[in-house]
Amino acid sequence: MSGSSPPMKLRESPAFKIAVSLSIATGLYGVSFGALAVASGFDFWQTMVLSLLLFSGGSQFAFIGVVAGGGSGVAAMTASALLGLRNGIYGMQINAMLRPGGWKRYISAHVTIDESTATASGQSDPDEQRRGFWTAGIGIFILWNIFTAIGALAGDAMGDPKQWGLDGAAVAAFLALLWPRLKGREPWAIAAACALATILAVPFVPSGVPILVAAVVAGVIGWFSHARMDEGLEPDVDPYAGQHKREHGGGK
Amino acid sequence: MNLWLWILIACALAYLTKLVGYFVPAKLLESPRIMHVAGTMTIGLLASLTVVNAVASGQGLVLDARIGALVAAAVALWLRAPFLVVVISGAAAAALLRLLGWG
Repeated sequence: MSGSSPPMKLRESPAFKIAVSLSIATGLYGVSFGALAVASGFDFWQTMVLSLLLFSGGSQFAFIGVVAGGGSGVAAMTASALLGLRNGIYGMQINAMLRPGGWKRYISAHVTIDESTATASGQSDPDEQRRGFWTAGIGIFILWNIFTAIGALAGDAMGDPKQWGLDGAAVAAFLALLWPRLKGREPWAIAAACALATILAVPFVPSGVPILVAAVVAGVIGWFSHARMDEGLEPDVDPYAGQHKREHGGGK
Repeated sequence: MNLWLWILIACALAYLTKLVGYFVPAKLLESPRIMHVAGTMTIGLLASLTVVNAVASGQGLVLDARIGALVAAAVALWLRAPFLVVVISGAAAAALLRLLGWG
């Protein structure tokens, strides 16, 4: 662990602290998943496989929710897959931020969830992004699975985690991660537009999809605002490049 | 119908969805426009996650104790409280409001 610059002590890293508090708040929620899954008729190992291998809270709750409501396995799988689509966008973002190479990307893919992506996105320094992503990803994976097991074994004896305000902790955590990015008029406008798009979408599409709607809205705004920003500022585009390519039947 | 089978398919799909994002060509990521879009998307996703967790309940919109958590967190952030304090304020506000019988 020796390098040209001494590594920051983990305890002093803001991303690490954020990741640890998020891991605890989210991990504890595993209790309610475990308890609910068993109450919905899943056995212990089915519940554990969902937490170990599916590992995406929203999708897991959707899967057991559909089955509990009398839905088929196909319907449960579809709801879960739809809800997990946003993780594909997260994967793209984490890849852009951290560029994990080789086998690492196969592990980072597994821990690419709301909280780990949000923790990394909330940081601007690449080292902090890396610490935040891995600490939250692995921390939540471990705690979520431990508490899923506890919930599955203990059932409802522990009470509703809502009683402890854990759902309020999630709201606060996401707002706290968004907050530092709201500098200037454009970020505020994007946040407001996406919040509104989410609220409008919630009643009409399955849960999980409103986040995708917001992502599209943000993407479209970003695409066009970038064009505006760059008017006359981008000298590196050769207007004839495309034409040449076409004429000569191929690229370089 | 074998529930195990659908569980395993759902697990495979979840993992593949996550992985696909990592195989978007690197060249795309070097375009300043795409990086700008990635930045705006981050803001959009965080805003959406905040709202979904605050007011969505399945396909319904509800005002419950979580709104109290949102307000408490906003006040804490405005007062420049550290992250952990913000999270605890959110949890405490929601728990307190429920204790008082709201939401």
